[in-house]
Amino acid sequence: MKKSSLHHVLPGFSLSMGYTLVYLSLIVLIPLSAVLIKTAHLTWEHFLSVVTAPRVMASYKLSFGASLLAGVINSIFGFILAWVLVRYRFPGRRIVDALIDLPFALPTAVAGIALTAIYSGHGWLGQYLEPLGFKIAFAPPGILIALIFIGLPFVVRTLQPILEDLEIELEEVSASLGARRWQTFFYVIFPIILPALLTGFALAFARAVGEYGSVIFIAGNIPMVSEITPLMIISKLEQYDYEGATAIALVMLVFSFILLLAINLLQAWAAKRTGRVR
Amino acid sequence: MSIQVKNISKAFGNFIALDNVSLDFPSGELVALLGPSGCGKTTLLRVIAGMEQADSGDVLLEGEDAATTHVRERQVGFVFQHYALFRHMTVFDNVAFGLRMKPRKQRLPEDKIAKKVHDLLKLVQLDWLADRFPAQLSGGQRQRIALARALAVEPRVLLLDEPFGALDAKVRKELRRWLRKLHDELHITSIFVTHDQEEALEVADRVVLMNHGKVEQVGTPEEVYAHPATPFVYGFLGSVNLFHGRVEGESVRVGDDRLPHEASELAHGAEVTAFARPHELEIIIQSESGVGIPAKVSRIFSFGLVTRVELEGTEGAINQHFEVETTRERVTELALIEGKNVRLVPSRLRVFQNQ
Repeated sequence: MKKSSLHHVLPGFSLSMGYTLVYLSLIVLIPLSAVLIKTAHLTWEHFLSVVTAPRVMASYKLSFGASLLAGVINSIFGFILAWVLVRYRFPGRRIVDALIDLPFALPTAVAGIALTAIYSGHGWLGQYLEPLGFKIAFAPPGILIALIFIGLPFVVRTLQPILEDLEIELEEVSASLGARRWQTFFYVIFPIILPALLTGFALAFARAVGEYGSVIFIAGNIPMVSEITPLMIISKLEQYDYEGATAIALVMLVFSFILLLAINLLQAWAAKRTGRVR
Repeated sequence: MSIQVKNISKAFGNFIALDNVSLDFPSGELVALLGPSGCGKTTLLRVIAGMEQADSGDVLLEGEDAATTHVRERQVGFVFQHYALFRHMTVFDNVAFGLRMKPRKQRLPEDKIAKKVHDLLKLVQLDWLADRFPAQLSGGQRQRIALARALAVEPRVLLLDEPFGALDAKVRKELRRWLRKLHDELHITSIFVTHDQEEALEVADRVVLMNHGKVEQVGTPEEVYAHPATPFVYGFLGSVNLFHGRVEGESVRVGDDRLPHEASELAHGAEVTAFARPHELEIIIQSESGVGIPAKVSRIFSFGLVTRVELEGTEGAINQHFEVETTRERVTELALIEGKNVRLVPSRLRVFQNQ
């Protein structure tokens, strides 16, 4: 045994690290590198023309734009939901708590069909909204609603334990020092939950970017208007254009990775500022 | 600022935390609320702070009814047992918090705030920790920062809820001496809650003893210690030896045995509970029959000035434990060893009639 490993309080670093690398490779890296290898069959010019085609460009904008917006909306309302579930005791609280996880369990296609049924021109809500000029199903707003639906549990579930750990005493001491309720929220509560909120946002966002099943039913899939990037990939596959499909997938992958990395760095910075990591 | 509470009652479900409590806290005093856990002392403190609403009764701050005054307007400094420091802020920002939360018109400019914060940190002797985070401080340092933070807004009253409860014995002793000194400098009306009788007697100007949501006795530390008003107070303020018996003339009869007891106003035959502190019990070997309680020495601890002898009751006093404080010389003189049969005679007996 090497001398340095004698001094570790937590043994087994080499074993667990080796396991981690093998596992990550098998499950994540090798399949993803297949995307890269397949794409490499294309010439650079061909690659560029595929990934920058106007329809594809429009789909990036829609996919990432709608996902970011859905993430933001989920962060705000997910926070309110988590707050209500943690802070208040009301009849039916357990049922509401269980409902939160439903978007996880429901087949996404079912969610898509259900939402379409509600928001289409003949649906329960759509029949009132459409005459007012709000076209939701078969338009970008429908995509947004589907993405909000599938992303909601992430924010609620990451915030809940943090809010449960939040000591009431902090709020009491803040009030005794003369802080108003909104000051207590912005200066005491918000900085403490911020890292968890960012994690929840990142998860909801990542889930939304990759979502296919539910969106496809409600989007209407009109070229240049309501086509999401995963749909572009699938349609390439249906035409047996595997290289084209992987090329778009690669762009999506890189872009998502950069965004998630940025959110993670932000989250680490926030955690450091809140004194969680020294 | 003076505080008065009048006929305060508060229940949590079936549990009565405060039962018609009325108290007066004069301006500038340091008062201890002392009692076992669950006696309502913390609830009373929180009612005064405005963090808890009483079911009935009034809180008067400087003679004014505070019923409609919100916590943030009561100008009370509150210190929690577990510090409740903002862990995402530095020590400096923690202390500055109250000053920065003021409405813009009343807020000091940032350089004045900085000066004030540093003055306060000097007052609590932790100026050199201004840039640290709470997680990097020891428990005693955290509590001093919490106190500095409470003092920053110049509260009219300081309320401390078991302020030293989470600290180890040595730091606790140090901090309570320091708190007393600080109070002598600032003269701010302060109430602190504790279950540690030594702490209350040592630090406070006055002690309020509470039990089961009721006030048992109020007085200076000397008064409550020397003249406990109720059996509870007697028992709570130190180790006790307890005897149940009946008054018979100049003595108390306990079973078949007799304890001498000087002139009492209690009626002949009254059922009483009698107390003696460990240093008020005398160990004797020979006795005229029936005087003193029979007991057997179980352990002898002799370190320091005082020798402590633990005894088990025998004969009529079986299953009772006694504790005697005496000197090493006396132990040698009596040739006390573990297992020896002796009798215990109180030199002073405090007798309460059973209710």
